[in-house]
Amino acid sequence: MLSSMQRGLISGICDLMQQTTMHRAAHSTTAQQTRPQSQSQSQPQPKKEILPEDSCLVHLPIDFKLHRLEHGPDTLVSLKRKEASLYLRQLMALRRLEAAAAQLYKEQLVRGFCHLYTGQEACAVGVCAALRPQDNLIAGYRIHGWAYLHGGLSAQAVLAELTGRASGCARGKGGSMHMYARHFYGGHGIVGAQIPLGAGIALASKYQQLDAVCVALYGDGAANQGQLFESFNMAQLWKLPVVFVCENNNYGMATSSWRASSNTNNYTRGDYLPGIWADGQDVLAVRSAIEFAIDYALQRGPLIVELCTYRYAGHSMSDCDSVYRSRDEVQEVRRRHDAVERFQRLCVDQQLLSAEHLQEIALEVRREMELAVKAAKSDEELPLTHLWSDVYADNALQGKIRGVLGQQLEHLRTTPGREKPTKCVLQKASLNTST
Amino acid sequence: MLRSRLTQAACAAQRAFSTSPRVLAAVKQMTVRDGLNSALDDELARDDRVLLLGEEVAQYDGAYKVSRGLWKKYGDKRIIDTPITEMGFAGIAVGAAMAGLRPVCEFMTFNFSMQAIDHVINSAAKTFYMSAGAVNVPIVFRGPNGAASGVAAQHSQCFAAWYAHCPGLKVVSPYDTEDARGLLKSAIRDPDPVVVLENELMYGTAFPVDDKVTDVDFLVPIGKAKIMRPGKDITIVAHSKAVETALQTAAELAKKGIEAEVINLRSIRPLDMDTIFASVRKTHHLITVENGWPQHGVGAEICARFMENEAFFELDAPVWRCCGVDVPMPYAKTLEAHALPRVPDVTEAALKVLGGKARSK
Repeated sequence: MLSSMQRGLISGICDLMQQTTMHRAAHSTTAQQTRPQSQSQSQPQPKKEILPEDSCLVHLPIDFKLHRLEHGPDTLVSLKRKEASLYLRQLMALRRLEAAAAQLYKEQLVRGFCHLYTGQEACAVGVCAALRPQDNLIAGYRIHGWAYLHGGLSAQAVLAELTGRASGCARGKGGSMHMYARHFYGGHGIVGAQIPLGAGIALASKYQQLDAVCVALYGDGAANQGQLFESFNMAQLWKLPVVFVCENNNYGMATSSWRASSNTNNYTRGDYLPGIWADGQDVLAVRSAIEFAIDYALQRGPLIVELCTYRYAGHSMSDCDSVYRSRDEVQEVRRRHDAVERFQRLCVDQQLLSAEHLQEIALEVRREMELAVKAAKSDEELPLTHLWSDVYADNALQGKIRGVLGQQLEHLRTTPGREKPTKCVLQKASLNTST
Repeated sequence: MLRSRLTQAACAAQRAFSTSPRVLAAVKQMTVRDGLNSALDDELARDDRVLLLGEEVAQYDGAYKVSRGLWKKYGDKRIIDTPITEMGFAGIAVGAAMAGLRPVCEFMTFNFSMQAIDHVINSAAKTFYMSAGAVNVPIVFRGPNGAASGVAAQHSQCFAAWYAHCPGLKVVSPYDTEDARGLLKSAIRDPDPVVVLENELMYGTAFPVDDKVTDVDFLVPIGKAKIMRPGKDITIVAHSKAVETALQTAAELAKKGIEAEVINLRSIRPLDMDTIFASVRKTHHLITVENGWPQHGVGAEICARFMENEAFFELDAPVWRCCGVDVPMPYAKTLEAHALPRVPDVTEAALKVLGGKARSK
């Protein structure tokens, strides 16, 4: 008999499993075109008759589900050899990065929070594969991988932030949930608060007439926060170029999705917002969904993309996950739906990557992470003056900062920051027209 | 004889000017509302990254008409009506500020900002520090603050102490037109998040303004208090509408021969203690007046700063606070009137603090 927790899975990852079984014999084919045309979808070609080309066409094994959309993302997608190598490298890097983070945590070098992304790698790799350099991203608190991929931060910048050292991307002042880079507006520690912020970033892009979307990430746990629905409403009213991406890993902390949400189909929860459900364990499905979503958001406005995924680790490092899910459940997903395994198998099956190539990538990633771990351990913490630095961008007339015992600390700025100098774009005379 | 009468008349006019600014009709007058409106207009014209968003700010011209005419002038792109959804639009405004715009986020009143306080504190105030100086948030949160009239507890309270408590924010609290116009313009140009606490009851009050104040580049620096009326016997520190109470008290005290120095704080964070210390070095007596609650309030902070500074030794008597009564605001007219410090209260406090010195005047 199923326990209540196991029943919860039926709405999530088991759904994925059933579909995978149905689509097990998914077709793949080689081709030279990079983007398949829609008519080619109906007639998949047999595979493996010819020697590998530089790219192949892949039928996504699991269909998208659509809400308020007549046409969805492409289900026949191309994969170039270069892309295969890059995505696999990224998948492996994210897994190694989190293994390194976990190790540092166990060595008590990471303080407080440490939310591992292990299991969900295909989401980050797929989303970042679709994003263009000018596109923005804002995330919740499970961000190590996103900072590395979309933020373009080095593994050292991420890991040294976790260990609170000076070479961390926020110099060790932000920690696990607060990493920032160009076009990466950070992780956010308040569940769901990143969603209106993401809509605001999209508003800024539209206002400045930039060809950029903002991907605002949230999980199934944040999916019930009121401010999500407030943001959906305004984003739709104002047609903001924002893609709300729900990484549904089936558990918000220790509460399974079905115990928290009256409707666990997160892609339908925007009501008037279109939605797409995609297999979040498949890099190519995620990429295809987000490519579609970017086009849609730029032309027509916001939409929701739900990525069905699974985290192997607990909510945070201190989470005893045996309370709310069985070991078997985790093992089952690992065995049948592991994102790295699946993509690796696809690349080999398609003869895009050889076994040697795989080994080479694995070795390269391992080396990168080993060096990063070493640096993250050996680097120094910031000098004490940084305790009272960068509280304000403009310190004019600030007086002193109060220390523990008195008003004796000088306000300091250590970086020029991103703020632009005040500019006068419009002359008043040119606006005195319509009153 | 004639000369002394003229002098008396001039003094009376001076007093009247301090307490009731509508008397001098000859000088150009401007209401606080128009001061704020013209400040927004100036800054919208000056920098195309500036936008105003909030409930009813555009087509309805603002719930309190502060944004009158701006939508017609600047259009939908820059003057944005939001639904009634404070947490959402405050978050959107903060996100837009992170991404390079300079939003002015209007709360219809600051009472509603509590729905959005997470974005004011966690999203706006802390990001610059958390990002080690990489991401600044140039946003203005503005709207009417403090007790209004006959609107009961949920719509009548002062948030100065709430927001001033938090590092990363700057908090200003204008009293008159000059303050309102100059501080709002400074706030919009500031690279940090600034909370501008206006006062609904002051919107319609006109104050004399000179050409300097109406100049397009007029600014009031954030972090600098203003001496509204010099005096040598006692210092009265106040902010927002309480400055009016302080000035009226000073006029009352003057009748008793006591010269009170009235300091308008203008900024709550940073707090210009140098001006207050300098004043107390002269007067050796201090009372604070605010319409907010006493516990951990603005007056409480000023008292604490004295305890920790050598200026403490300049005091001839303990500092006394005149605050709102420590209860939620009642609706009934008489109760409401007694919930905030009135001129007789502040006068009494001043006389008590002065003690024998007042009697000897």
